Amino acid sequence: MELSVVDLSRLQFAMTALYHFLFVPLTIGLSILLATMETVYVMTGREIWKRMVKFWGTLFGINFVLGVATGLTMEFQFGMNWAYFSQYVGDVFGAPLAIEGLMAFFLEATFVGLFFFGWDKLSKRQHLAATWALALGTNFSALWILIANGWMQNPVGAEFNPDTMRMEVNSFFEVLFNPVAQAKFVHTVSAGYVTAALFMLGISAWYMLQGRHLQVAKRSMAIASAFGFASALSVVVLGDESGYEANLNQKMKLATIEAMWHTEPAPAAFNVVAWPDMENRENIFAIEVPYVMGLIATRSLDTVIPGIHELVDQSKDRIRQGAIAWDALQKIRENPDTVSDDVRETFKYNATSLGYAYLLLPYTDNPLEATTEQIDAAAWSTVPDVLPMFYAFRIMVACGFFFILLTSVFFYYSSSGKLDVLVEKRRWLLHVAVWSIPLPWIACEMGWFVAEYGRQPWIIESMLPTSAAVSSLSVTEVLLTLAGFVVLYSTLLVIEIALMIKYIKIGPEDGAPAGTSPPASAQPVSGAAPVPAE
Amino acid sequence: MILYEMIDYSTLKIIWWVLLGVLLIGFAVTDGFDMGVGALLPFVAETDIERRVVINTIGPTWEGNQVWFILGGGAIFAAWPPLYAISFSGFYLAMFVVLAAMILRPVAFKYRSKRPDPSWRTSWDWALFIGSFVPALVFGVAVGNVLLGVPFSLDNDLRMTYEGSFFGLFSPFSLLCGLLSVAMLVMHGSVWLVMRATGDIAVRARRYGSIAALLAIVLFALGGYLVATGYVDGFRITSEIDPNMQANPLAKEAVIEDGAWMANYEAYPWLWIVPGMGFLGLFGALVLLQTKMEMLIFVFSKWAVTGIIATVGISMFPFILPSSVQPEASLTVWDASSTHRTLFNMLVAVVIFLPIILVYTAWVYKVLWGKVDEETIERDNHTAY
Repeated sequence: MELSVVDLSRLQFAMTALYHFLFVPLTIGLSILLATMETVYVMTGREIWKRMVKFWGTLFGINFVLGVATGLTMEFQFGMNWAYFSQYVGDVFGAPLAIEGLMAFFLEATFVGLFFFGWDKLSKRQHLAATWALALGTNFSALWILIANGWMQNPVGAEFNPDTMRMEVNSFFEVLFNPVAQAKFVHTVSAGYVTAALFMLGISAWYMLQGRHLQVAKRSMAIASAFGFASALSVVVLGDESGYEANLNQKMKLATIEAMWHTEPAPAAFNVVAWPDMENRENIFAIEVPYVMGLIATRSLDTVIPGIHELVDQSKDRIRQGAIAWDALQKIRENPDTVSDDVRETFKYNATSLGYAYLLLPYTDNPLEATTEQIDAAAWSTVPDVLPMFYAFRIMVACGFFFILLTSVFFYYSSSGKLDVLVEKRRWLLHVAVWSIPLPWIACEMGWFVAEYGRQPWIIESMLPTSAAVSSLSVTEVLLTLAGFVVLYSTLLVIEIALMIKYIKIGPEDGAPAGTSPPASAQPVSGAAPVPAE
Repeated sequence: MILYEMIDYSTLKIIWWVLLGVLLIGFAVTDGFDMGVGALLPFVAETDIERRVVINTIGPTWEGNQVWFILGGGAIFAAWPPLYAISFSGFYLAMFVVLAAMILRPVAFKYRSKRPDPSWRTSWDWALFIGSFVPALVFGVAVGNVLLGVPFSLDNDLRMTYEGSFFGLFSPFSLLCGLLSVAMLVMHGSVWLVMRATGDIAVRARRYGSIAALLAIVLFALGGYLVATGYVDGFRITSEIDPNMQANPLAKEAVIEDGAWMANYEAYPWLWIVPGMGFLGLFGALVLLQTKMEMLIFVFSKWAVTGIIATVGISMFPFILPSSVQPEASLTVWDASSTHRTLFNMLVAVVIFLPIILVYTAWVYKVLWGKVDEETIERDNHTAY
């Protein structure tokens, strides 16, 4: 298979973004958990909570730096690999990225230093404030990047200007309060909270299985299960909100998630299992639950959800309209000062479909003269592969429901004070918690896959196809950097996991046994550390 | 009245040109000494404990400093989208090298102290060196190429074609700029170490800092000489240009011309203050490095960095990215910015957030201030890098 610059650039973006998101959700969630634990410490004055903050903080730090390192690439590769995209939407898309730097990155990056180095230099309350600033910074960062991403999914508040050849903001307010961005933000940070909660829950369960660090493990488990339960509920509910928003503006994404080839009478059935066949454009088999899909996606009994075939037919109309806009645009570009007002009017009237004309460019140089077959092919290029969409989504959702179940069980045991029962009689539950640690990562990556692969072929929904957005690079150049990133990131990931395991094995500092100890501040705590951080 | 029209479009363009300079200078002044320190690490410190001292003079604060770099990327994207698109895709492999090197830094800082064995620690020392030296060099080389003009062209849809190659970036003049950048940041890093470290490290830092300052003086003068005598051609706009125009880099005419980078100094001789400030900073740092006035050396070092970077910006104004193969497609302050509305909105964001950032950053530096020596490292063995 011959890979083009577009394919390789997509692969590189997917790879660097998915790697980046191995570290981000844990940072988002764990920072909030650290701040919560430290708040308990400051309020109660009990040293064990400080030890918990320091222990989970060490793991946080090992993870955090790789989030920072891989995040560097994200800030620059729009320009590196997607130059035409950057020129085309920088007026809209650049602002949230810059504000992310101003509002979020400075905050988290400045206070992360104080979090680690400020214990002896700050009062308790000052340090707590630094930890909260760190947590706020990481969460603000998610907000702004999802405003940027949400705009690519639902490009509101902007319009194409033929004289500058780009999308320009006409309402910054609409970009900020884009409903898709808001739904994505709360869904994504909730996913981060679940990730951190299951991480903490699983490691605590491991300590309990081994009978080590029980003081820290039990308290961590109590916090993680409560926080995890609330977050797991919210990630599913808010994910549903994302689905609802997708139905409003990305109907094709929804149809492929559901492998729904044809429009059904409302309310549509939900395919639990299906085997979609891309070539014949139908499902070889499907197990359906009646009504469920229609209810989830439209929250009504009578709204029809369009199927893939119907959406493709609609695309054909927009391609034809887009070709008219494209033709007018060429005339405006040739003579911007002298072109007649009629041409400008024609362009303006059809401009919202301009992006669809670009879909024809792989097939013909002049979209206006495209044949029916070419329009057909371009229209079908708006359908992402159904099979991976269908299953990626179901894996994510299954994980989501499992997280609710798992965290609710542990929440029950911890809130009713029965954690000892787990250790004595329900050890298998602890084992389940340990083995569940990787699942949130799988769910997160699946979620991003659905969100991003599901809007192909668009880099900006209905406005600019991905294939038209790349830089003028050679295959060799992109291959080189792709290989470079794979090697570099994989090496760092292996080192990261090894260090993570090392420090989990070392575990937290153990204070004196509960109940018998004098105030912890009187203990030479640091001297009792099993292995110093050197 | 629409809010954003409170400030003229052309004024906003100038403000954003200045802000771009502030960001680059902010990056070079803050992350600059981190890079200088990183580049010096294997030479200025020999034993493990010495290296830990060096690393811990910047350990708690380097991360915030690096945000200037990230913010620079974001702000260029927001305010000058074509500049973001053309420079980063044009310098594609060079950008990759910078990123790969810089990716090593956060990891090296954090992971180095996580294991005691010497080979582990030495490896991360060299990772820090690469992560500091390579970006310092490449940034200078990139600036050199911008002064020379970048081989890109734009078609009627503003789609860019880049005609250069990775190795084409390394011409004698751009290498000179790269070395100047390294010398400048090594000097800046040395001065930082003089201020924050003690004993042998500070003694060695004074020595390396003096050499670097001397080298920077020579290279800055030589670079200026090459530009002034026409070894490096400048660019000039030859058509009328309306400062309030909509962004369109193809609407003007421009030529490559001998000595055009000197035009601003000829028109406004007081601008000589700016390169003068660069020299003053370098000389001042060089002289004061032989004295005990540690805080004052740092002030001069900052002036040097500021003066040198501002010199480049002012020589090129209004150009921000000239094209050597299609001069009329060069990006200038007037024709390559975001819209009036976006520039205004972003200015509001900067006016709100930048003062807040400066206040909390200053506070954090104050909290963490003080000399770092072997005793402090041993005392804070747990938390120190």
